[in-house]
Amino acid sequence: MSTFGIKILQKGRNKMWSVVIGFSGFLMLVAATYDLLPVGLFILVISLTLISFGIILYAYEAYRDVPEGIKNNHNFFNSLSSRGWLGWLTGMVLTGFYILLYWFPEYLGQGDKSNTGLVAFFDPLSQLLKKQNASQWFVYGVLYTLAILIMGVKFIWKYRHSKYQLIRTLSVIFFQLAFAFLIPEFMLRLNMPYNDFKNMWPLNYYFFDGWHLQEMMQNGNIGWLMLIWGVLMIVVVSPVLTYFFGKRWYCSWVCGCGGLAETAGDPFRHLSDKSIAAWKVERYLIYSVLVFSVVMTAGVLYSFYSGRPSIAGIDTASLRSIYGFLIGSAFSGVIGVGFYPLLGSRVWCRFGCPMAAILGIQQKFFSRFRITTNGGQCISCGNCSTYCEMGIDVRAYAQKGQDIVRASCVGCGVCSAVCPRGVLRLENGSIDIFDRAKKVRN
Amino acid sequence: MSKIAIIGNGISGVTAARFIRKNSMHEVVLISEESEYFFSRTALMYVYMGHMRWKDIQPYERGFWKKNKIDLIQARAESIQFDKKCIQLNNGSTVNYDYLILATGSKSNKYGWPGQDLSGVRGLYHKQDLEYLERCSPGIRRAVIVGGGLIGIELAEMFQSRNIPVSFLVREPQFWSMILPEEESKMINRHILEHGIDLRLNSQLKEINGNEAGNVHSVTLDSGEEIKCDYVGLTAGVSPNIKFIESSEIETDRGILVDEYLRTNIPDVFAIGDCAQLRKPRKGRRDIEAVWYTGRMMGECVAQTICGKQQIYDPGIWFNSAKFFDIEYQVYGQVPSKMTDDLESFYWAHENGKKSIRIVYEKTQQTVVGFNLMGIRFRHEVCEQWILRKSALDKVLEEIRLAFFDPEFYEDCSAELLEIYRQKSGKKIEATAGWRLDEANLFLNKNNQKT
Repeated sequence: MSTFGIKILQKGRNKMWSVVIGFSGFLMLVAATYDLLPVGLFILVISLTLISFGIILYAYEAYRDVPEGIKNNHNFFNSLSSRGWLGWLTGMVLTGFYILLYWFPEYLGQGDKSNTGLVAFFDPLSQLLKKQNASQWFVYGVLYTLAILIMGVKFIWKYRHSKYQLIRTLSVIFFQLAFAFLIPEFMLRLNMPYNDFKNMWPLNYYFFDGWHLQEMMQNGNIGWLMLIWGVLMIVVVSPVLTYFFGKRWYCSWVCGCGGLAETAGDPFRHLSDKSIAAWKVERYLIYSVLVFSVVMTAGVLYSFYSGRPSIAGIDTASLRSIYGFLIGSAFSGVIGVGFYPLLGSRVWCRFGCPMAAILGIQQKFFSRFRITTNGGQCISCGNCSTYCEMGIDVRAYAQKGQDIVRASCVGCGVCSAVCPRGVLRLENGSIDIFDRAKKVRN
Repeated sequence: MSKIAIIGNGISGVTAARFIRKNSMHEVVLISEESEYFFSRTALMYVYMGHMRWKDIQPYERGFWKKNKIDLIQARAESIQFDKKCIQLNNGSTVNYDYLILATGSKSNKYGWPGQDLSGVRGLYHKQDLEYLERCSPGIRRAVIVGGGLIGIELAEMFQSRNIPVSFLVREPQFWSMILPEEESKMINRHILEHGIDLRLNSQLKEINGNEAGNVHSVTLDSGEEIKCDYVGLTAGVSPNIKFIESSEIETDRGILVDEYLRTNIPDVFAIGDCAQLRKPRKGRRDIEAVWYTGRMMGECVAQTICGKQQIYDPGIWFNSAKFFDIEYQVYGQVPSKMTDDLESFYWAHENGKKSIRIVYEKTQQTVVGFNLMGIRFRHEVCEQWILRKSALDKVLEEIRLAFFDPEFYEDCSAELLEIYRQKSGKKIEATAGWRLDEANLFLNKNNQKT
């Protein structure tokens, strides 16, 4: 047999082993959920290590010996990444996990006084970090952060030829690990309120809730710092950064939801719907959520300051709980991540996130950010549109040679990376796009 | 209101249809047997490789055609009666027209090799070629590709994505050496080998051998060597697809002959895209240019003319781009494969062997005439302006960063480029411009006001 054939076989065998290793770690987690494994830091670490090692080995096998560059081979033949049975199964498992996590945590072992099952399995790690037992949210936080870390490594391997992708992914990993996971946990350990300093209203929809305002105000300087920083983020930091760099500074460099979509969601990015119909649904849905979240926030603020539980006959607390159930849990969690293998990686960001809606409005009307196209080079191949996780038909603009400014663009830079003719570039510039459009040929 | 029939729904025909609709309410009918809807031919390879599905390489949704009142007929034009302004289709029906646009594209070249019509021997141009290749693929243990051009290397990449070993026969001593200068050509040779392709330079096909069932089983080279294979990809270029009207009164040479308005010798009949041959091509350009953007430009030009704004076809300054496996290639202006007496070039290559910049200039005046980029993206409009205004090499190098179009955070090679130029020329030049969009725009605007 040729050396070429041997190499392929070897690769297949190593990949099979990596799947076996990763799954054995995963099975340990499942076993723990049903109390089939003894609790202990040692076993937890073994389980998580096996999962990480399996995935990283798989990525190594997939990309070693392969020259640097875009490799999207077989994406539409692979059952997992093309809505085959493996894709549907993964979608159902993920969705099921989210349903348990949000509404039936007792099935994961969350107890009032002491934990059992999966949550108890994470108790030792929680004790180590903050001297408290784990909750289902701690379990979720660890798995979430781990997913961004490991799948981030895979992402970097895949796009290693692109410095933009490398730096962006390291940024997303850093913000998740430090700001979303470690700093809040340490704050709890120091008896300070939980706070994720990179998160902001309205994505963080409880920021202006009475209990949260009270918690911050009752915690002295650190609490006031949290409150002031939270407000500054909304009114100063975010608009200024969006003006200079577009919403990408947040959505694909900092945000945790974006972080998961960019890393763990990357194998599914091409599944996002690019049809005009989907674009219509998107615009109605995302701005409706924004309006809902503004009304809900105004309601709870009114109740907080006036002490009245209802406004114009509407109970603000119930408004809040409807939002929390429908948007905060069902949309952002269950559908947002559970449907990765069916609707692509940015379902929540694209159709639901009120933060993305606000940043999008800023991006569209006063940001310097745009994607420029390179003269008449576009061959209409469609790689850019296919691999746009936000469902933007990039090709429609590129083939006309127009700059692309779209409220939904998160600036991930993958359209530019997959373009076989080097037509697209993410840029910040002060020239009006309409002036530029006048000059370009049709 | 007139009726305009367009034969061929490739990029030229479709662009013509779109711009006629943009400018008028003429009735438009697009006739093509190949596919129901317009697709991007250049993206066929990505469907085979699993990057995209068929529907992803179709730039317009189905509703687009109805909404824009462009009628689609999926049938083959068998013959045309120019005196009656009538097209006969293979489904028995006929189409009348007031204006006819021929946009029939190309077909793969076959040079009369013995065995070229065996099953398992085929080019890659049409949708049907891809479907055929897909059907054959499960049984291919080795493939042979004949012809060292753009489609050949794409086909090699396609087979490689399916783990099918490939022997790639190139007649010349280097890959694409008719077009690429030697250094760039060698870079691609190395890159092809790096991907595990059995690249055979200086190799000519002598014969394709089949078995009793009529299937290919090997090829014989000029050297006498025999390579066993189950598929032979013929990629030795394309030529105009005009067989069905060659015997009619329309004037043809290799393609359908057209004037500067893309008119044929028959009134109200135009030809555009790959099938058109310009009687008087612009200086330095060829009479048939089978590239995507000239098809698009011709389509737009003919639409303007038919809609009453007579327009001469002017393709501007030559440019092109391609991708050889992972190395992107861009060319702007004049870059001959071998420098002529009056031209010289300044060449810089990155130490990783995958990036290079070549600037071609006129010897006596030192004016820049062309750019050849490997693994580096340059801004089209900026390069075009330098060439148009006949900028001097020194000036271009000082401003070189204006042209950079690589993504943010990419290595800035301008310092190295200038250092090498200083060493070679003994001149003290410094970079004066940056790579930002605003600066590039300022440069372009300034120039626009001048002209």
